Amino acid sequence: MIPVTAASARSDQGSAPPPSAAPGKGPGRAASGHRAWFLVLPALIPILLLSVGPLLYGIVLAFTDSQAGRTDPTQWIGLLNFQDLLRDTLFWESFRIGLVWAVAVSVPQFLLALGLALLLNQNLRFRWLSRALAIVPWAMPEVVVGIMWRLVYHPDAGLLNETLGTHRDWLGSLSTALPAVVVVGIWARLPQVTVTLLAGLSNVPRELHEAAAMDGAGAWRRFRTVTWPAIRPIALAISALSFIWNVNSFALVYVLTGGGPGGRTRLPMLFAYEEAFRYGQFGYAAAMGCVLVAVVSILLAVHLVARLKGDDDA
Amino acid sequence: MTTRPTARSPRPSAVRRGPTVRRRAARTGQYLALLGYLVFLAFPLLWLVSTAFKPPRELASLHPGWIPDHPTLDNFRQAFDEQPLLRSAGNSLIASLAAAAITVVIATPMAYVMARHHRSPLSRAATGWIVVSQAFPFVLVIIPLFLVLKEVRLIDSLSGLIMVYVVWSLPFALWMLAGYARAVPRELEEAAAVDGASRLRTLISVTMPLLAPGIVATALFAFITAWNEFFFALVLLKSPQKQTMPVILTHFIGTEGVADLGPLAAASLLATLPSLVLFAVIQRRITSGTLAGAVKH
Repeated sequence: MIPVTAASARSDQGSAPPPSAAPGKGPGRAASGHRAWFLVLPALIPILLLSVGPLLYGIVLAFTDSQAGRTDPTQWIGLLNFQDLLRDTLFWESFRIGLVWAVAVSVPQFLLALGLALLLNQNLRFRWLSRALAIVPWAMPEVVVGIMWRLVYHPDAGLLNETLGTHRDWLGSLSTALPAVVVVGIWARLPQVTVTLLAGLSNVPRELHEAAAMDGAGAWRRFRTVTWPAIRPIALAISALSFIWNVNSFALVYVLTGGGPGGRTRLPMLFAYEEAFRYGQFGYAAAMGCVLVAVVSILLAVHLVARLKGDDDA
Repeated sequence: MTTRPTARSPRPSAVRRGPTVRRRAARTGQYLALLGYLVFLAFPLLWLVSTAFKPPRELASLHPGWIPDHPTLDNFRQAFDEQPLLRSAGNSLIASLAAAAITVVIATPMAYVMARHHRSPLSRAATGWIVVSQAFPFVLVIIPLFLVLKEVRLIDSLSGLIMVYVVWSLPFALWMLAGYARAVPRELEEAAAVDGASRLRTLISVTMPLLAPGIVATALFAFITAWNEFFFALVLLKSPQKQTMPVILTHFIGTEGVADLGPLAAASLLATLPSLVLFAVIQRRITSGTLAGAVKH
């Protein structure tokens, strides 16, 4: 309606001009700067006290021999926890399982979700049903997802054995436990990744697609030249996120197997949880947390570098 | 970028909806894929529902069917008898409501500042924190939190849990709300300022009403997050009468992993309903208002 201000408001959605762009008698910058602090404090204080603080405290704990129910004062022990971790075969086994799990869940999940998002973006019948169903696993508590799949995998009354005519203990046998849990992992967040990619697809300009089709570009070629470049940022973001979520998984596997059988599904989070809250080894578990953060950060950095590189190419 | 298709596709309409054999095969393939998706997604859910209504005899039978022959509500009754479901639901409700309310109350002003002054160092730091917090390893945070809360005697109390939930849902709440706040036209606020309204007055009577749908969506999201949360509740709440619903659900499984399937399924179903309903209400807002928007900016 008012061309000038409307335009400035719209540009504010993107990389906007500095707040001083507010003209004339509007909320002055200096004054608002002061008020801004006042508005920010209610959120800032809890963040510092309950999130940033504990994180730093956790890093400090990794260098101590902090234990549950300890009467003598906690000692600073330097790198001893980390040295112990290096020698702890159980930890490395759990670490390896965690990486296998995160990759085995994230990669198929992403590919499936991409396929589904492309599918649901088509004008198909029953699309509404798929979209409606897609939110259900998302809204379910992870504990319930775990319980539900326990019912599916149940050796006697399970859906899977009934369908296949077998009598396997899917979650209880050494060879099938991890794959069985991975399937649940894929199921649990598939909708989240799908719907995110679907949102990305809505950004793909339809005219570009049609123009490419008119030029005789096949489906694969249209995907590579039109669709993928448009959804690339969102695809990279959600794949990185889902990888992190999976590295940090806890409830799902805790309910499904509790880490068993024989530690075959003991993800790092389960290991650390047991170490801290069953055996009371707070310092040791904190050191474990530090190692996990370091690894995830390195992987993320690699991912981000790849992303930036791709943007340069584009 | 491609060769002109003079020979193969004479008319544009033929390209878009030409009923060729290949096209039909592709459509069939698409429907098959969709069917596979629906089966993969729906069957575990249907099995859960079916199990919840099966009498013990059918659960013990060697060939359990999809539809219970003698559907019963006994499992629900038994679920309430076996575990303090009602109280745990009450605990979950208190924790989730309080967490949701506190989260939006403290997040809204900050999100507003982030949206209006997003070049300021504070907003940049907040955005950075939001990104980093997505990668938080809970172990590294929960151990110190456990020690600190124990020190101030907030372990095994809902208040302690609520505090943790608030901070836990803050990043996402800020993210969502800042998105909504950016969408509020600045010139409306300027008009109010020109009319002589104070900044606070403008915020309350102009900005907030426009933000209301976003605030409601964010609150519901924070509610669902807290309602479904398990890890913090497991660590922080020890006595059964204080535990939340997801923790109580795991008691049905027992230490040996032997479970009473019927009541387990029934209770699980009940625990899912509230978040399912709320999620259905805000689903569109969540997907459009968050990640997609975030990446676009």
